[in-house]
Order: sequence, then structure tokens, then C-alpha cells
Amino acid sequence: MAEIVSLAAAVARAVHDGDSVAMEGFTHLIPFAAGREVIRQRRRDLTLIRMTPDVLYDQLIGAGCASRLLFSWGCNPGVGSLHRFRDAVENAWPGPLQLEEHSHAGMANRYVAGASGVPFAILRGYSGTGLEDLPALDGQPAIRSVTCPFTGERLTAVAALNPDVAIIHAQRADRAGNVQLWGITGVQKEAVLSAQRASATVEEIVDDLRPEPGAIVLPSWVVDYVAAAPGGSHPSYALGYSARDNGYYQAWDAISRDRERFRRWLDEEVHGESGSLAGTGAGEGGCGA
Amino acid sequence: MNATGAPASATEDPAAFTSDEMMTACAARALRDGMTCFVGIGLPSAAANLARATHAPGLVLIYESGTIGAKPDRLPLSIGDGILAETAGAVVSVPEIFNYWLQPGRIGVGFLGAAQIDKFGNINTTVVGADYAHPAVRLPGAGGAPEIAASCRQVIVVVRQNRRSFVDRVDFVTSVGFGDGAGARERLGLAGAGPRKVITDLGILEPDPVTCELTLTGLYPGVTVADAAAKTGWDLAVSDSLEVLEPPSAAELTALRELHARDNEADNAS
Repeated sequence: MAEIVSLAAAVARAVHDGDSVAMEGFTHLIPFAAGREVIRQRRRDLTLIRMTPDVLYDQLIGAGCASRLLFSWGCNPGVGSLHRFRDAVENAWPGPLQLEEHSHAGMANRYVAGASGVPFAILRGYSGTGLEDLPALDGQPAIRSVTCPFTGERLTAVAALNPDVAIIHAQRADRAGNVQLWGITGVQKEAVLSAQRASATVEEIVDDLRPEPGAIVLPSWVVDYVAAAPGGSHPSYALGYSARDNGYYQAWDAISRDRERFRRWLDEEVHGESGSLAGTGAGEGGCGA
Repeated sequence: MNATGAPASATEDPAAFTSDEMMTACAARALRDGMTCFVGIGLPSAAANLARATHAPGLVLIYESGTIGAKPDRLPLSIGDGILAETAGAVVSVPEIFNYWLQPGRIGVGFLGAAQIDKFGNINTTVVGADYAHPAVRLPGAGGAPEIAASCRQVIVVVRQNRRSFVDRVDFVTSVGFGDGAGARERLGLAGAGPRKVITDLGILEPDPVTCELTLTGLYPGVTVADAAAKTGWDLAVSDSLEVLEPPSAAELTALRELHARDNEADNAS
């Protein structure tokens, strides 16, 4: 059964130094408030996992929380480069960042295998690409081929992904800790079901979950911690609650481009007095720096 | 990679247009009514929505965020823009969009961008520089592109043409076009037909039917073969039936600028 706790308690209990951490949310419901709490608690040596390490992981990488990144597309969507990610890869700042990269289809299938309790997934993919030759984080081949036992066809195999912890943001939970999300639901269900531990932040905790078209409900007994974090997906959005703050994504380009300016942002907006408020001001159109 | 460029604002000459508008119109014309189209943000999304607003109202737009049959009346700001989910015929998960919809070859056209492209239409969006571990430039990576390139029934590439992007050999093959030439896609088991058009800010290239080498088949008004050759990092093949492409029509420009204008309104309102 999920425990309903504060965001600080959820992160303190779910995320430990050295963990592999999957924060998912595909352009929508991105768990930014939880990410900032991980920075605030100064977690180190994390293996960060995410299909689209956008501004969320740029913040964590720049803050020095990560030593490894497993991903499929790293960009500030609609804006351009992730400067903290690039600085880590190109210049090892603030420290080296070991990469394992896949296609979206490969990452999605790795989560599906993890959620399904099987050791690998098959897909038609990667053939002829340079991705086939890149190593996994453990130095072993990340992509292997497998022969179909029925037809003899050669297919691509990717290993199951089973993170230590998955973190998502959702619209609602009830007081028993059942978590409900709708709209673009991405790969969050698979991430939660593939992980050893799962934590969800939600826009609101309600007495009863009202049915919503196309909604997913993650039962309380597959989630460990639920924390109320209204606006917790800002600057992304929560369908039915908030709009995407495009100004923030644009402002992040300038803040993240320069190491000193980024450090000031960390000090003032994450570790500083205003840190406890950062990320709850949906729609303000700025990063507050 | 995401810039759609500023639309020519209230210019004195209504027939004046930007190279982005020309590229967008060319890409839109490659789409026919009733097609299914896997769309990325930026110019491909502008082109697909322009086609839907003009000659192809029944075009089915599919975004990798899992929105199938999205009908936005403005340009979405990201592939997961709320307007896509709100207007879609169906919203499915990310594993489903790749496994059930893209992989079996259900989707007609895939649009891709590129940081580098070679003469066989292979695309690099991973790293610039020969050493993967120590790249000169770290690019975003693969995203949905490798499987779009493999499994859509055909691919349209939209990329600005210059010596940095049109290279003899890509530094990294993120998405396969025609590999090392004719027969490579079949050997690799790639079901789709591969790139059918590469639309640039100078004109259009199409694969030679025999060799699969990208061949210049169309130029924008005022652009010469020498201009295109000078911005190509290999010895550019030119079609015998090279055509001059029609500039964007008044209707195309009006529709495209309305899409951008509604986009700006939405942006300011948020």
C-alpha cells in the first residue's frame, strides 16, 4: 500500500545515492518538483534513466547528481541543446557522465520487458545503425540479436530495464494511494511496474477518483509513496490542471548555457530560500533567475 | 533542429516568402489526402498541418507521444502538446505507438530531420566527430528516428543544405537511409522503402531508382545547380529532368501564416 507522505520524505525514502532512477513523463506530467527535491537532498552517483532527458535531467546532471545516463533523446524540446548535458558529455563538467543510448522504441521495449518480468524484449530495430555497436553501461553489448524459434527470423533483443526506483507525476491520487493519470501517459505505467520502488507526486489528493476518459490507474499496492505536489510538473503541464510554460523552456537555454549562471540558479532557486516555492508557480513564464 | 523560423510578418510584398516557408510548402505538397503521417515537431509538423489545412484535410497525423489522428488548429509546441491529446482520435502509450502502430508498417510517411545526411540518405543525429566517446558536438540522439526510418512505408527528410550537413560520410549512422547503396535495405531487413524525398532550403533530392544515390531533381526559383553543388559534400548527381519548383501559393502562405499566428496567440496566452 502506498504511503501518503511529503515530497521531501518520498525522495528521502525512495532515492539513495548510487540508485538507478527512472523519472518518466513523455512531454506531459514531467516530475520536475521531484527532480528538484533530489537535487536539494544532494543525491550523488545516480544512474538516471529517461527516454527524453530534457530540462529535468539537465538540472540533475548540472547539479552533479548523476554519473550515468541511459536515454534515447536529449534535447530542450522546441528550443535546442541541453547545455548541462552537453557540458557533461563534451567536457566532463561537473563530472564525467557515462552514457548508454537507445532509440525510443528500444527504451520503451526495455521498460515493457521489465514490467512484464521477462529478461528481454524483441523488436525490429537498430539494424544497420551505429547504435548496434555501442556498449551498455556495464560494458557489455546493449543490443543483441535473437532468432525466432518459430520462423527462424533474426530480430533485435534489448535487455529488460528494472530501475531501483521510478518517479512519476500524475493528476490525482485518492487517500488510499491509488494514482490516476490521463492524457498523454507515455511510458509511466511501464516505468512504475518495472521498478523496485515507485513514487508518485500528484496535483491533488481526493476522496474518490472520478473516471476520466483514457485514464490509467496505478493501484496503491504497486506504488510506495504518494506526495501532493500541486504544479509539480511545471514547466511541463498536467492536462486538466496546468498549461505548458514555454517561456521557462526558452529561459532555461540562457540559464543553462553558462556554468556560473546555472550555479546561481541552483543556489537561489533550488537550495536557497525560494527553493521551497520553486516549481509551484505554473504559468509564470520564467525560471525565476 | 526545432526552429521553424520566423514567418515573414506583414511584409510589403505579400508574395515574398522565406526559405522556411518554401521548404514547408514543398514538404506539405509531398503529402496526399488520406495518408498516415508520423510527424516530428518543427518544420515537419508545420508541413503536415499546412497540408491538412489546404489540400489534404483527411491526412492522419500521428505523433510519437501516442496521439493518433490529432487535429490541432495551431502548431503544437511540443510532440506532447495538450492540443494533440485533446484533438486526437486515439491516445495510446509510447510502447504501443512504436510496437503496434509503427513497427508493423501501418504508417505511410515518416518525416525526419538530420544534423548530417550522406549521399545514400543515412542520417546522423547522435554525435559530430569521429570519436563517439569524445564528440566535438553531442547531438540529441536517436529518439524515434531509427524505427521511423526503418518501418514507415516511405520517409521524407527535411534538412538545410550546407557543407556541414551534406557530408560524404556521416560521423554516426543514427537512422538508415540506403546504407551503402542499392540492396542494403533488403539485406538489413528494413521493411519500408526509405527516403523518397530530401527537401532542403535549395530544392529537392530523390534517390536514383537504380543506385539509390540522392539526386537533385528540383530547385527553388533563382537557385542554380552550382549553388546546390557548392553546398554538397559529395559530387552531386543532377537529374536529366531537373525542374524548377513552384513557389508557395498565396493560399499556402496564408494558411501557414495563420497556423503560426494562432501558435503565437496560444504561446502568449499560456
